[in-house]
Amino acid sequence: MPSEVLPLIIKALIVIGAVMTMAGYAVLMERKIAGWIQGRPGPNRTQIPILGSIPVIGTFLTRLGVFQPAADGLKFLFKEDALPGHVNKFYYVLAPMIAFVPAMATMTVLPFGQYTGADGVTVPIVLANLDIGILFILAVSSLGVYGIILGGWAANSKYPFLGGIRASAQMISYELAMALSILPVFMWFGGTLNLHAVVQGQYQVWTIFAQPVSALIFLVALFAETNRLPFDMPESETDLVAGYNTEYGAFKFGLFFVAEYTHIIIGSGVFVALFLGGWTLPFVPIPDGIAGAIISIGIFLAKVFALVFFFMWIRWTLPRFRYDQVMNLGWKKLLPLAIANLVVYAIIIALIENLG
Amino acid sequence: MSEGEKDKRVPIYVDGQEVLVAPGTNLVEAAALAGKEVPHYCYHPKLSVVGNCRMCLIEMGTPGRDRATGEPLLNDDGSPKIMWVPRPVIGCATTASPGMHVRTDSPIVKECREGVMEFLLVNHPLDCPICDQAGECRLQEFATDYGRGYSRFIEEKNVKPKRTRIGPRVMLDDERCILCSRCIRFTEEFAEEPVLGFTDRGSYTTLTTFPGKELAHNYSLNTVDICPVGALTSTDFRFKMRVWFLKETDSIDTESSVGCNTVVGSREGKIHRITPRRNDLVNDTWMPDSGRALYKMTEGDDRVLNYAIDGKPCSPDEAFSLAATLLNNPDVAIVGSGRLSLEEQFLLTRIRARIPGPTPSYLVARTGQGDGKLLSADRNPNVRGALLTGLIEDLPAKELTPLGRLVNEGTVRTILVVGEDLSAAGLTRDQLKRVSVIYIGSHHNETSSLAKIEIPLLTVFEKAGTFVNQQFRVQKFAQAIPGPKGVLFGLSNFTRLLALLPGGETLAPGVSAAWEQMAREVPELEGWTFGGISSTGRVVSDARFAHLPFIETAGLHFEPKSAVAAEA
Amino acid sequence: MATKVLERKPLSLAERSYLPQIVGGLKITMRNMLKPPVTLEYPDERPEIPVGYRGVPTLVRDPNGREKCVSCQLCEFVCPPKAIRITPGEIPEDAETAHVEKAPKEFEINMLRCIYCGLCQEVCPEEAIFLQDIYSVTGYTREEFAFKKEKLYELGGTLPDKHFKWDKKKAAEEHGNPHH
Repeated sequence: MPSEVLPLIIKALIVIGAVMTMAGYAVLMERKIAGWIQGRPGPNRTQIPILGSIPVIGTFLTRLGVFQPAADGLKFLFKEDALPGHVNKFYYVLAPMIAFVPAMATMTVLPFGQYTGADGVTVPIVLANLDIGILFILAVSSLGVYGIILGGWAANSKYPFLGGIRASAQMISYELAMALSILPVFMWFGGTLNLHAVVQGQYQVWTIFAQPVSALIFLVALFAETNRLPFDMPESETDLVAGYNTEYGAFKFGLFFVAEYTHIIIGSGVFVALFLGGWTLPFVPIPDGIAGAIISIGIFLAKVFALVFFFMWIRWTLPRFRYDQVMNLGWKKLLPLAIANLVVYAIIIALIENLG
Repeated sequence: MSEGEKDKRVPIYVDGQEVLVAPGTNLVEAAALAGKEVPHYCYHPKLSVVGNCRMCLIEMGTPGRDRATGEPLLNDDGSPKIMWVPRPVIGCATTASPGMHVRTDSPIVKECREGVMEFLLVNHPLDCPICDQAGECRLQEFATDYGRGYSRFIEEKNVKPKRTRIGPRVMLDDERCILCSRCIRFTEEFAEEPVLGFTDRGSYTTLTTFPGKELAHNYSLNTVDICPVGALTSTDFRFKMRVWFLKETDSIDTESSVGCNTVVGSREGKIHRITPRRNDLVNDTWMPDSGRALYKMTEGDDRVLNYAIDGKPCSPDEAFSLAATLLNNPDVAIVGSGRLSLEEQFLLTRIRARIPGPTPSYLVARTGQGDGKLLSADRNPNVRGALLTGLIEDLPAKELTPLGRLVNEGTVRTILVVGEDLSAAGLTRDQLKRVSVIYIGSHHNETSSLAKIEIPLLTVFEKAGTFVNQQFRVQKFAQAIPGPKGVLFGLSNFTRLLALLPGGETLAPGVSAAWEQMAREVPELEGWTFGGISSTGRVVSDARFAHLPFIETAGLHFEPKSAVAAEA
Repeated sequence: MATKVLERKPLSLAERSYLPQIVGGLKITMRNMLKPPVTLEYPDERPEIPVGYRGVPTLVRDPNGREKCVSCQLCEFVCPPKAIRITPGEIPEDAETAHVEKAPKEFEINMLRCIYCGLCQEVCPEEAIFLQDIYSVTGYTREEFAFKKEKLYELGGTLPDKHFKWDKKKAAEEHGNPHH
């Protein structure tokens, strides 16, 4: 047993480490992009003693803000972890963990590369290659909302409570549209729910071109699910101070924060896998062996970060929707559209299969 | 003004507005009655009229009469025809006559004022930034109100002596002088010690002291008050504070029983100067120099600042409860002070009423040479108040010999002293050591150093109240500055002590509450209230004290009764 | 006022979908992202102080080194937040500037109170107080922010003088229009 478990644990730790780092740098990226869009340089002061004082590179890295996430993380760690007197202590402490764990757990079934061994068999690089991968992702990632609701409720204060309520309503509304929007994708690829199979199926045509409406609905729902602007109702700084995490600080706030960015990264990963061809490039074969694996991971990450950039670009472009507009859009526009989309593609696929 | 005098008033017309004035009123005052300001420099209501500044030029006219018949000349509409004097006249030296018409803001008058202002400013140094008069300077005020607003003078200005010390308390800046001669007339007419005069001629005319003389008499600072510009300034107040910062509080000069009305100028709890306040029934517009330095007592190092028992600071409550215990004995004597306010003296009599036993009470006399003006022989401001409230029955003596005797006999073992030094009043250290002294006072002295209990007292500037002056005039003073930190407000010392004595009564520590009691208990003050006393004071009946040989001699607005009786 | 009712045009399908608007917005932000930042990186780069800037109030000396303030206390009077506190003093009679007679013994501006309104400069009859170009005031204690006379003169330095009012006065005293 240990011989099987140990490599898995090591792999899991590597992945967690990588995702955490990516989340940290996603924060930096967000701040940099916000800065550039607003005509500012963004974080450009934080320095690490030795690395930062290397003449040209050190200055460049400092200007780029590369050391900022480390400083942010340390700050979250060393800040006084205040526990307000009026909160429900158990749930208050539990909430950030509940928000954080599902965000990390979805990572297990998301394939992010492929490895073709000497035997010619192509396997996905993934912690657990589940056949019902997407179902797992949808199920587990929607657990994250419990962290937000719980945090909002346990804080025992008006704004967090409103934030939590909004989060629950918003999540439920958009999960429907989200799930319905990706059903045609899996129907398109022969009914499999395995993400690896879906990626392999997009070798020639990305799903986004085959099913643009599905992609659009999924993308919008993804924004809503990750609480990103223009759908960040739960936080809504202008009317709710900081929404569900108003009463949180220090490391517990950090967990919420990292969970949010992890959600974005995972969500982007799922979108890339489902609609943007995953780690493949059209008409370019991926070589065998380790090199191929690395290339495929690189391609995947590049696409993910492009999408993460898009997330941020949208955030600093659009204003926040009003809450009733969010609900309207979810229930009255996206849900009917997703159902119609499903029906249309069901008919098209049936036609193709029967005629072809 | 009696009915008869009222009947004699004559109607004049100031800018067409009818106003009734007493005969002999000059036109500056008459215009003021009509609410019109006639600017003036040399004219002063309490000095003779010289008419040399020419600032009060106005137009004047009388109803015309036909020379042949003596019939009044009439206009076409039937109104009397006014024969205007063809050139302006000075208002200060022109007295009102019936039916006279005056114009105070006609074009000619305005032009005259502009011209006079321009001439006055020709050689004025314009050092307002360093001039103490700035802010209360007639030259500044009239230049803005009536001046032309710019200067046409491009020649060099005259140079005259500046920063001249013409007396121990007065500085002279000749460049600022506008030669109104008010100060010269004052020293001649009121102070009766002429030391000032003009030398040289024309624009070189210079104010100076007579050779070998200096402006040193006890009324010298009044010249500073009446100087309309900054030529004469007070050495004491020089460069201390700009006048526009000063909060002005009505007060009373406590140096003698004249009770000169004063204005205390203070800023943020610090007194900077004392100036006289006009009261035509007491001090006109004057006051002695000596009374102007009294504010320095608020800042002395020897102030009593702590409630103390045996010299150790304690809380007010501790001091009062011990004092109440000591006073609740038949062997107590009270020594009050003629410097206490009427209210404090009254509350002392209330305290005395609660003490078992005979409780002999005394006051300490303070006397000096009266100067026949505004400094009387009795240097206590409020001996008559003590008589009025019944604190004492007879005029006080300088020495407390009877009290010393009681102490020697052992009949008095506790003395409540308020604001006096018993050592100075003839009690020896041995005698003081034999008794328990409760000292309520503003300053430390030998008595306080031997006292069992020390209770700080507010000075006249730190409390409100009333004094009764030599004319039996009850005069109010207001609180100018807050008391030292930790000293109880107003009459609290007395009301708290009163509350702790047997059958204790509770009184608010304010002046009005004390007056409500006084109106009930002092026959002469029946129906009086503190608020009802006007700023010029109110005379109380002295019938009860007609037999007492008061020591004051005649002074400004004061004639002693005994002297009148002796002459008669 | 007459009310004009404007007919609101019905939105087209594209407008209702909101997508073209989003694309338009994205274009704008992308253009902004590619422009260089307009930030002034403060402690490294300093702003150029425009003429007439109202910085920290300071006291100045005239070109002959005489302190210009005569402690007339007009600034103290006019100061809206009551930040200025002057203790006037007399110049001794044997001093070189004895003819000025008056100078501040102590001059204090509490920079925690100062609102940089410039009324003190405007009101000063001796042109002794100026709001110059110092804009950054820092310190660790409240006391440090009560600028005393020495500090105010140190900050103010010397400014050119157009009038030399007191020098002319002295000249007139020495060989002007004497009456003796």
